[in-house]
Amino acid sequence: MAYKPELDIDISLVEAILDRIEQARQVSSSPEVADAHQGRVSSSPQVADARRVGGAAGGKVSGDDLIPILQEIQEAYGYLPRPVLDRVSERTGIPASRMYGVITFYDQFYLEPHGKHNVRCCRGTACHVSGGKKVINSVKSALGIEDGETTGDMLFSMETVTCLGACALSPVMVVDNTYHGRMSARRAEQVLQQLKVEEG
Amino acid sequence: MADIKVTINGKNVTGKTGQTILELAKENKIKIPHLCNDRRIKPVGACRMCLVDVEGQRNPVTACTFEITPDMVIQTDTDEIRQLRKTVLELLFYEHRGSCATCDANGDCKLQRYAYDYQISEDVIKAAETAQPKENYSTGSEAIEYDSNKCIRCGRCVRICEEVQMANALTFKGRASNVEVSTAFDIALIDSTCVICGQCISACPTGALYEKYSKGKGQTKELKKVRTTCPYCGVGCQMDLNVNTTTKKIVRVTSEKSCVPNDGNLCVKGRFGFHYVHSDKRLTKPLIKENGQFREAEWDEAIALVGKRLKEIRDKYGPDSIAFLSSCRCTNEENYLMQKIARTAGGTNNIDQCATTCHAPTVAGLASSFGSGAMTNSIDEVKDVQTFFIIGSNPTEAHPIIGLEMKKALAKGAKLVVCDPRKTWVAKHADVHIQHKPGTDNMLTNAMMNYIIENDFHAKEFVANRCEDFEQFRENLKDYTIEKAAKECGVDADLIRKAAEMYAKGTPSSIFYTLGITEHTCGTENVQNLANLAMLCGQIGKPSSGVNPLRGQNNVQGGCDMGAIYSVLPGYQKVADPVVREKFEKAWDIKFPTNIGGRVTDFIEQAGDGILRGFYCLGEDPVLSEPNQAKVIESLKKLEFIICQEIFMSETAKLADVVLPATSWAEKNGTFTNSERRVQRIRKAVDAPGQAKPDWQITCLISTAMGYPMSYNNASEVFDEMASLTPSYGGISFDRIDKIGLQWPCPDPDHPGTGYLHKDKFVRGKGLFHKIKFRHPAETTDEDYPLILSTGRTLYNYNIGNMTQKSKPIRQKQSRNFIEMHFSDAEKLGVKKGDKVNVRTRRGDITVEAVIGDKVRPGALWMPFHFIDQPTNKLTNDAFDNITRTAEYKVCAAAVKKA
Ligand code: SF4
Ligand code: SF4
Ligand code: SF4
Ligand code: FES
Ligand code: FES
Repeated sequence: MAYKPELDIDISLVEAILDRIEQARQVSSSPEVADAHQGRVSSSPQVADARRVGGAAGGKVSGDDLIPILQEIQEAYGYLPRPVLDRVSERTGIPASRMYGVITFYDQFYLEPHGKHNVRCCRGTACHVSGGKKVINSVKSALGIEDGETTGDMLFSMETVTCLGACALSPVMVVDNTYHGRMSARRAEQVLQQLKVEEG
Repeated sequence: MADIKVTINGKNVTGKTGQTILELAKENKIKIPHLCNDRRIKPVGACRMCLVDVEGQRNPVTACTFEITPDMVIQTDTDEIRQLRKTVLELLFYEHRGSCATCDANGDCKLQRYAYDYQISEDVIKAAETAQPKENYSTGSEAIEYDSNKCIRCGRCVRICEEVQMANALTFKGRASNVEVSTAFDIALIDSTCVICGQCISACPTGALYEKYSKGKGQTKELKKVRTTCPYCGVGCQMDLNVNTTTKKIVRVTSEKSCVPNDGNLCVKGRFGFHYVHSDKRLTKPLIKENGQFREAEWDEAIALVGKRLKEIRDKYGPDSIAFLSSCRCTNEENYLMQKIARTAGGTNNIDQCATTCHAPTVAGLASSFGSGAMTNSIDEVKDVQTFFIIGSNPTEAHPIIGLEMKKALAKGAKLVVCDPRKTWVAKHADVHIQHKPGTDNMLTNAMMNYIIENDFHAKEFVANRCEDFEQFRENLKDYTIEKAAKECGVDADLIRKAAEMYAKGTPSSIFYTLGITEHTCGTENVQNLANLAMLCGQIGKPSSGVNPLRGQNNVQGGCDMGAIYSVLPGYQKVADPVVREKFEKAWDIKFPTNIGGRVTDFIEQAGDGILRGFYCLGEDPVLSEPNQAKVIESLKKLEFIICQEIFMSETAKLADVVLPATSWAEKNGTFTNSERRVQRIRKAVDAPGQAKPDWQITCLISTAMGYPMSYNNASEVFDEMASLTPSYGGISFDRIDKIGLQWPCPDPDHPGTGYLHKDKFVRGKGLFHKIKFRHPAETTDEDYPLILSTGRTLYNYNIGNMTQKSKPIRQKQSRNFIEMHFSDAEKLGVKKGDKVNVRTRRGDITVEAVIGDKVRPGALWMPFHFIDQPTNKLTNDAFDNITRTAEYKVCAAAVKKA
């Protein structure tokens, strides 16, 4: 009988994620897991650390799985709740400190509750010279929030990022993984308006 | 490892396979600058300060990661290399926002050092504007301060915390130019998994990490380092007291990498526990009690009174009427003199020290089995153990630096069997954790041995050639089946089988135990049974393989070695042996005392019975440390005369007639003997407060006043007298152990000391098997007292806490008593986390905070004993081991209710 502290978060979601990854581990090294961190910035000291430690702890799930685990958790909870991460640490032996290092290294992870729709506006050089600033301002006023904030109804979060890797389409805005290129203040507002209508 | 010849800067040098260029250069005193490398952690090659040229390599390589190969030609100091390093430094200085003028690390900072060595231009250094430290993970910590402005992101702190300490408290957060060190989720360090070892400070090459309270108390360049031995546990870490030469105060404690046995590592007590030395609560003048009140007195008056009263009592009532209690917190010299004064001036064998409270069963048990009652192996051998059998021991808390060696072994893949009613760090990391009921150790070991023999796992040749009395021992085991043990111990039978097989088959295996074994009414038998197990499997008398009691106090090994025990003289020479007695009669010019003498637990009983009347107590506080406090106080109050030598007013000293102020460990010279039998120096670093004197000098004065003159010029002379009478210490002297301590037996001045015992032959000749029967603990649970309480030590505090509790960093972490209970018991009793609960036993009750979880097993309770105002020993049972009179601190029946 393991000791489980009381939580106000549904912990079963993460248990299921870990169960699944553990199973995948047992069925040799699963391709999804391996793929999941191909092409990532794997030379970061934090990621390297996470692997080393996770492996040493001897858990079936190792530090190698950390990024896909975090992605799945974020998918399931909308963000990365601390008690959930603590549970991951407890089950896998990956220290919370390493997770935090990895989480803060990537833009994609959120430690606070996040809006249902995520709006990212580019402030990279290419976007900046082609009017990115206006796009950003228009998004802010359309949503009534500042950079890094979430709307009161939890529908939208917005943030600015350095370069979205689509400079040819500048200025660029990404909403929930959909790229919108050659934006203007007005078009950006339309995209958001459309979403608001869909949400009723 | 084969030899490899290379040239460095044109010089021929020889290294070994696997060695890096940096390691080899260092060995040959060729300096290569380096910032991110620390020999205790794996090299990562991050800072690029150590670049060197290797012939045949297109680009310069990092010396800290590049391994040597035969005939390699290396240049470490070309103009081009110097220019590269200079650029590295300039880049670091652009980010560095701090000024050496106000930095505590001034004088011991690698960045500063190299800036000078490489003549970094003033412009670069000026370009850095200074900035106030920003709020960060260390804000609020009383122990450690981190200043990101001075951090060069070398990662040494993060890596040592992870690789060596395995605390995983730290990480880098953020990326690119925003990287800094933090904890998980930026929580305060004190709330993280940090164990306040300060290893991160020791690894930091700059002033970015520093002891909080040391800031502003003197820059490194004005501190004088005095090498000494830690005053806390039996590991005996070597440390340097950094004393400000102007204020004459200890500012911080550091430790040098490569020192024996701790390699620059210290635990929280060693690094942060010295504040008691400068406490304003120190005793500074002799005190004499008159009409129930203490008044200050001069030394002459106090000594004369003590001498007169002790002598009077002795003369009037005989040798059993006075007793001497020595202290394992004190030096070997002081313990030697305490047993000497007892047997000369005192004319009694009533001499004891605190080992009776802890490891006396070890001394007695292992001596009867092997002929020598000490740890059989060295600390340095721990990292090469392949299968650990740890029972009743919590090494990462009670012997943290030995714990680090175990962690090293685990990182190399060692197997770990842990038998402990609590889920300690080692238990959590074990391959097999047997969470048996407190007090069922012999049931467990007997069943394991029975299983080992039945399955033919035992070392038949070893048993036949090197041991005796096997048959009767074997016969006795037949009753102890695994199933029976599983039931009695409350654990899964398969776990016992697994543990037995793993231990028997390990190459090599080694047993480690502590007070979970000794503090029982069957303590000595528990120890003998572990000796049985080792002999049965031939797991003894080899490197990294043996029976290793980890001794608790700094000098508990030495205190016993010095003969502060009623039945033995220095070096365990038996009082009962007429040849030995004659030798000491001659040396000391006395008639040897004729009484048998007793243990501290006897003293207390005899005080209660009116047999004992005079009591000389050196640096001990039996009121707090002995079981069943109410009875102890009642007994001591009946004494006619008590004299205490103390550094603080203790609970026992309050009952005394005379209290004499003693120096602390930082104010005197002498030696301690650590758990691995290593005799090490302690050195005077600061002056004693007021009129306090070293204990050994006070003992000499009292002896003289009692009519047996004693005088020595220094501690070294005392040691020499002892060594001349003690064969196992015969070859040791202060000179020989100036740099590195020696391990006894060391019989003559050319002997190198002994790393592990019982190599080809046991000290007693043949190893003796003992037939051990399982006996239940003295107290069992019933309806009124349904739970079992054990007591023990935590990482942060030490014994009665009067030293450690004077340290702010320690107090911040742990300053109050608590009780651990299982969540299922808590639920039944309606107790929630943090609730106050009343803990009651047949002897008393106290109220403490409840800590709820699964660290203890259902039905079990655990409490530390470090807190003067909530004394756990009000509860403990004064039932004793049948041989050494050690109390059963590990088992007493208790009840808990919400307060
Ligand atoms: S004090 Fe020890 S445990 Fe705490 S952060 Fe530093 S290295 Fe880690
Ligand atoms: S705090 Fe010190 S050890 Fe840690 S990264 Fe910064 S400079 Fe290196
Ligand atoms: S492990 Fe023991 S000897 Fe070493 S620093 Fe800690 S208390 Fe002192
Ligand atoms: S700068 Fe905006 S996408 Fe690259
Ligand atoms: S010391 Fe070699 S790269 Fe830092």
